[in-house]
Amino acid sequence: MKKLILGTAVLALSAGLALADGDGKTVRMGTEGAYAPWNFVNDAGEIDGFERELGDELCMRAELKCEWVKNDWDSIIPNLVSGNYDTIVAGMSITDERDEVIDFTQPYTPPDPSTYAALDSGLDVEGAVIAAQAATIQAAYIAEKGWTLIEFATPEETVAAVRNGEADAVLADKSFLETVVGQDGLVMLERTESIGGGVGMGLRESDGELRAKFDAAIQSMKDDGSLNKLIAKWEVSSLW
Amino acid sequence: MFSYCAEPDTLEGLRWASCYLTTGKHMGLYSSVFTVLLLLAITAPTALLFGFGGATAARSRIPPLRWLGKGYTAIVRGVPDIAFFLFFVIALDQGFEWVRHQVKCPDWPDAIRQGNDFVVCQQAKLPLSSAPEWVHQTYGFFLAVLTFSIVFGAFASNVLFGAMRAVPRAQLETAEAYGMTRRQTFWRILVPQMWVYALPGLSNLWMVLIKATPLLFLLGIEDIVYWARELGGTKNARFTDYPHGDWRMWYFLALLVFYLCFTKVSEVVLNKLMTKLTHGQATAGGEAQRRAGA
Repeated sequence: MKKLILGTAVLALSAGLALADGDGKTVRMGTEGAYAPWNFVNDAGEIDGFERELGDELCMRAELKCEWVKNDWDSIIPNLVSGNYDTIVAGMSITDERDEVIDFTQPYTPPDPSTYAALDSGLDVEGAVIAAQAATIQAAYIAEKGWTLIEFATPEETVAAVRNGEADAVLADKSFLETVVGQDGLVMLERTESIGGGVGMGLRESDGELRAKFDAAIQSMKDDGSLNKLIAKWEVSSLW
Repeated sequence: MFSYCAEPDTLEGLRWASCYLTTGKHMGLYSSVFTVLLLLAITAPTALLFGFGGATAARSRIPPLRWLGKGYTAIVRGVPDIAFFLFFVIALDQGFEWVRHQVKCPDWPDAIRQGNDFVVCQQAKLPLSSAPEWVHQTYGFFLAVLTFSIVFGAFASNVLFGAMRAVPRAQLETAEAYGMTRRQTFWRILVPQMWVYALPGLSNLWMVLIKATPLLFLLGIEDIVYWARELGGTKNARFTDYPHGDWRMWYFLALLVFYLCFTKVSEVVLNKLMTKLTHGQATAGGEAQRRAGA
C-alpha cells in the first residue's frame, strides 16, 4: 500500500515537472459526448460527430493544437470558467443568459426551430407533460410557457421518459430527434418552436484573442462552403 | 478486436456479442472498474491515516491541537457529502493553481479573478494545458482520492476516538503502574487494543465507501456508472456498428451484481479479521474464544 501511495505521489510530482517545459499552449475543447449527431462517443470510445470534425478543422485553420475533453452538460459552463478547458463545442445555442457568463464566437449553424417527439402523433403539447434536458433553451422555453416540465441531465434520459410514459413529449433540436424517431413508436410532431440563436463555440470572456482566432476560422469555412458541406454530411441543421 | 468483427451486422448470437463486448467503448467500462478498485485501495488506508490523526489530535492535551481534531470531525461530518465534493474539488484545484501562480508568475499584470473567470498564467496551470490527457485524468483522480480521504477520514476519526475511549481503563492503569510513559501506554497498550472496538464502525465505513464510489462521476471521472449509462443508451445505426435500444437496465443490473459481490466478499474478509482481532482480548468475544479453545 505504501508503494501505491508513494507511486501516486511520485507520479503527481513528476507530472508537474515534465510539464514545466511545454510552452506551446494546447487548446482544450470541452464537449458533452452524448448528443448525436452533434457530438457523441463512437464504438472506439472516441469523441465523434459534426462538432468533432468541425473543431478539428477549425483548429487546423487557426493553427492551434487541440485536444478533446468530455464533460457533463450540467457543469460544462462552470468548468470552462474555472479553466479546466478553453472552449465549449457542444451544440450550445447562443443566448443572452449564457452570454452574460461566457462569450460566444459567431454561430456555426443557423438558428433552427426545435421540435417535439412523442408516441402519439395527434398530441396537443399545450398543457402536456414535456421532457427536456436541464439547462437548455428548450427547458427554459417550456418553463416560460408554464407547461409541465420534467428535466433530465442527459438527452438520452429525456427520450427514455417519453418511451416509458413519464412524459408525453420531448422538446429538443430537430437533428437530435431525427436520430431517435422511428424506433419504439416515437414520431416527430408537426409543431415547431423558433427558439435559440444558432449554435456557437463558447469561450471565457477574458479569452478574446482565442475567440478572434476561432471567429476567423469559422468565417473562412463559411466563405469557402466547407461548413455547409459538413452540416449536410451530419444533417445537423439547415444550411447557411 | 477479433478478425471477424469487421462487419458486425452480418454476425449473430455469441459472435456478435463477443465483438460488441470488446469495442473500445467497452474497454473504457472495464478499465473504469480498475479505477474504482484503485480508488478504494488508495483511499481506505489514507482515510484511516487521516482518521487516526484526527482521533489522536482530538485526545491531545494541547488545546489548539484538540480543537483542530474536534473541528475537523465536526465540520466534515456535518456538511452533506455532495456539497463537500463539489465545493472542495473546485476550491482545492483553484487553491493549488493560485499558489503556483504566485510563485511562478509574480509579475503577472492581470487579476486572477476577472468577473466569473478564474485566470492564472499558463505556467501555473495544473496540469499544464499542453499535458497529455492521461495526466489530466490522473490529476483529477488524485483530487478525488484526497477528497474521499478527507470526508471518510472524519468519520473514521470519530470511530477511532470512540474506540480509544472504549479500551478498559484498568488496562491503561496497569501500564502506568509498570512505569510506562503516556506515549508508551498509547502505542503499546491503547492502540493494539482499540482495533477490536473500532472494527465494527470501520467496516461500516468501508461498506459506505464502496457504495460512495459512484460519486466519482460527479467529480468528472469516468467511472462505471458513467460508462454503464453511456453504453446502455439507445444507439442509432447511423453512428454505430452495434445499434440497439435502451439497454441501460441491463448495464445497471450488471453494476448491481458487481457491487453486491464486492460487498459480500468484503463482509467475509471483515468477519475473518474480527475473529483474529478478538483473539486474546479482554472482551466478551475474546472470552468466548478462550472458552471454546479450552
